[in-house]
Amino acid sequence: MTLLAVERIKLFSTRSPWWCAVAALVLTTGFTALVVGNADEEFPATVASTQFGYSFGLAVIMVLAALAVTTEYRFGTIRTTFQAIPNRTAALLAKTTVVALLSLVIGEIVAFASWGLSLLLQPQADLALNSTADWINVAGVGPVYAFAAVMAVAVGILVRHSAGAISLLLIYNLAVESLVSLIPNIGDDIYEWMPFNVANKFLTGAGASNAGRAAEAGAPMSTSPLSPGWALAYFAGVALVLLGIAIASARRRDA
Amino acid sequence: MIEAHGLTKRYGKTLAVDDLTFSVEPGRVTGFLGPNGAGKSTTMRMMLGLDNPTAGRVTIKGKPYHELHHPLRTVGALLDAKWVHPNRSARAHLTWMAKSNRIPQRRVDEVLDIVGLTSVAGKRAGGFSLGMSQRLGIAGALLGDPEVLLFDEPVNGLDPEGILWIRKFMHRLADEGRTVFVSSHLLSEMALTASDLVVIGKGKLISQSTTDEFIARATENTVKVRSPQLDVLRGALTDASAEIASVDDGLLVSGMDSAKIGEIAAANRVVLHELSPQQGSLEQAFMQITGDSVEYHTGLETEAEQVLSATAR
Amino acid sequence: MPYLWPPPVITGTIGGVIEAAGLTKRYGSTLAVDDLSFHVEPGRVTGFLGPNGAGKSTTMRMILGLDNPTAGDVRIKGQHYRDLNRPLRTVGALLEAAWRHPGRSARNHLRWIARSNEIPQRRVDEVLELVGLTSVAKKKAGGFSLGMLQRLGIASALLGDPEVLLFDEPVNGLDPEGIHWIRQLMQALAAEGRTVFVSSHLLSEMSQTAQDLVVIGRGKLIYQGTTEDFIDRATHQSVRVRSPQLAELREALTRQGAQVDEDDGTLTVSGMDSDAIGELAFATGATLHELSPRRGSLEEAFMQLTGEAVEYHAGDHGAAPETT
Repeated sequence: MTLLAVERIKLFSTRSPWWCAVAALVLTTGFTALVVGNADEEFPATVASTQFGYSFGLAVIMVLAALAVTTEYRFGTIRTTFQAIPNRTAALLAKTTVVALLSLVIGEIVAFASWGLSLLLQPQADLALNSTADWINVAGVGPVYAFAAVMAVAVGILVRHSAGAISLLLIYNLAVESLVSLIPNIGDDIYEWMPFNVANKFLTGAGASNAGRAAEAGAPMSTSPLSPGWALAYFAGVALVLLGIAIASARRRDA
Repeated sequence: MIEAHGLTKRYGKTLAVDDLTFSVEPGRVTGFLGPNGAGKSTTMRMMLGLDNPTAGRVTIKGKPYHELHHPLRTVGALLDAKWVHPNRSARAHLTWMAKSNRIPQRRVDEVLDIVGLTSVAGKRAGGFSLGMSQRLGIAGALLGDPEVLLFDEPVNGLDPEGILWIRKFMHRLADEGRTVFVSSHLLSEMALTASDLVVIGKGKLISQSTTDEFIARATENTVKVRSPQLDVLRGALTDASAEIASVDDGLLVSGMDSAKIGEIAAANRVVLHELSPQQGSLEQAFMQITGDSVEYHTGLETEAEQVLSATAR
Repeated sequence: MPYLWPPPVITGTIGGVIEAAGLTKRYGSTLAVDDLSFHVEPGRVTGFLGPNGAGKSTTMRMILGLDNPTAGDVRIKGQHYRDLNRPLRTVGALLEAAWRHPGRSARNHLRWIARSNEIPQRRVDEVLELVGLTSVAKKKAGGFSLGMLQRLGIASALLGDPEVLLFDEPVNGLDPEGIHWIRQLMQALAAEGRTVFVSSHLLSEMSQTAQDLVVIGRGKLIYQGTTEDFIDRATHQSVRVRSPQLAELREALTRQGAQVDEDDGTLTVSGMDSDAIGELAFATGATLHELSPRRGSLEEAFMQLTGEAVEYHAGDHGAAPETT
């Protein structure tokens, strides 16, 4: 608990988490408003479409999480951290936990804010959360942000430079995953197992939360063969493996 | 209190620290000297468990750093004053450090007061001058009231008053029985501060001794003599086979201590106006001893090599 | 580039090469520099001392025309800095070594400076050689250590072979050999008849380097004169005396009105110079084992004279009590 308190003090004694939280909220709800506000008979607003902006918030969260580590390297405070807490595994796990929890909270706020805003914009649309799929689609954003943050922290620990870590994460998230499916023959099979595609499966499942809207007109559906539950487990697993590799490397390296 | 045994650190092909063995005693201020690139910072980082030795070990109170429980309460260190998040306040920086080692919060205010930063405790550390950052770093080192203190170039950026303050402060810490290990390039300052010296060059130990011994070993002790009967004295000293050189207003005698010269003067009924032993400077001794070391090249060459190899990588 | 490269003719100016008269700088309600008048003479190393916030940097910046005085003025060889033709050939300055583009090589950094003041390009290689950076001349300055940046800054100060040199904390980041080197460099430059004006916080270093001092506190002049006079003015001399007949000697000294402290078989005598003590010892029949005049240090003198001028006192406490 002490170490969690330490990391909490560190995270909240700078302004960047607040800025990132605000940016995530503005970007996500902004894009939601754009999509939901333009919904009409042909493309009705659905629970899924209230979460249209989720990937923008995701990008911001990953930047926040990566910066939480890379700024420590940038300003040399990582050395003070390891000096105070020589058990690097414990120190880095505490940091990851705090960043993940913050991301979870931001995720839930962002998701429900987007959903609430949609209710205001389209009072006549059927946006009630009346199935498990509906609930997962909204409330699931938090856990996805949390595990994405774990991945970003891991990449931050491995890369150590802010610019490098952030570009790696954003390029991967925004481009590399979808480009994989362009590989002839095996591309689609690999794509099925790419982590953010799988995370999307957890959120949107088989498309129930998008009911009432043509599949091609809604948010893109995941091609993952996993069930939503297993999809989250897989996404979490990838994040934790990455973190394990990162911590092992930080233990061996010179600070 | 601090012991290094066969401590070695290799970066690629470069041996930054090469089989270094020395010990630092409590109750004294020990200076850690060496040219740039000699391996001082690497050694200090290995003491704190930040870098892993390639071979050998360094222990504090018999334990490697990472085995210390709540290490900030045993070892306080100021390695680089810039290791602070620029957007974090001085108090927040110390608060998280204190929290991590279960040091009570009131100690944060105490150390801020000790270094004179109370009035700016809530300000962003990024806006601090080098001298203020240095004071914050010192506050961080003192936080756990540790028995062992490591300082790397502590007077950097401090003004004359700050320099005097930290010198007296280090003396007081040592008088309280603590182990104080200070690296610095300012030899004239170190001569006033350190009673023991560990000197390294190119990663190897060149000397470990008291400061007085170090200076005495490398520089010749001479005695300056002035007298209204200088010629009588010169003759008597020459007969006693002392080496004599004339200086502007007197003699510079070597090969004989001042007590012996005084006896000779008294025996020859010579009035003395001055009889002062001249000690060499730490700088002279340092240049002499590190210059003699075969392994040693100028710090600048080593630095240049490091830049060249870093850019070649 | 048709310009010849004559070494500067050192004009036989008597008096200050740098002359500050009533120099004043106000930032908002703060008077950083307050009616400061001083002069810096050629052929000597002049130290510029003062506590933090005393106005040293501001003064240096006004000498270089970077800041404009609120009142008064400062001239170099009778001219304002901005009126100097090709100023780098008259004044070389090292203010802060970090002022350089990290992506530019050391050599290119010096080349554009040289070009700006029509200094021939071969001088670039000369100064690089002089400061010992030839082997890394083509490397990006971003990878340099603080000590190497400092040498690069010194190289650019020397580029125009100037008559007047200003250095702000020149030993910053240098190692012992570098410190020794720059001290000798400054003394050699002064011996060539140049004007060398150096600010530093390292008093033990300055006492070995500077023959003259300009000391300021709270923007005001506290002292201008030789280093020796400064020390003598603020500290009193004492003499260390050892003798096998210590008790007799002590009694004789006290009888003559000298103040005597005894510590561990050694007398510290004040109020009497070593010549007189030697005569007295002879008259008393005491053999002397030591008779060393002790001067005060520049630091003691500085603390004594600037005491009231320091703006910012650190809390003077010991390592505070237990933590748990």
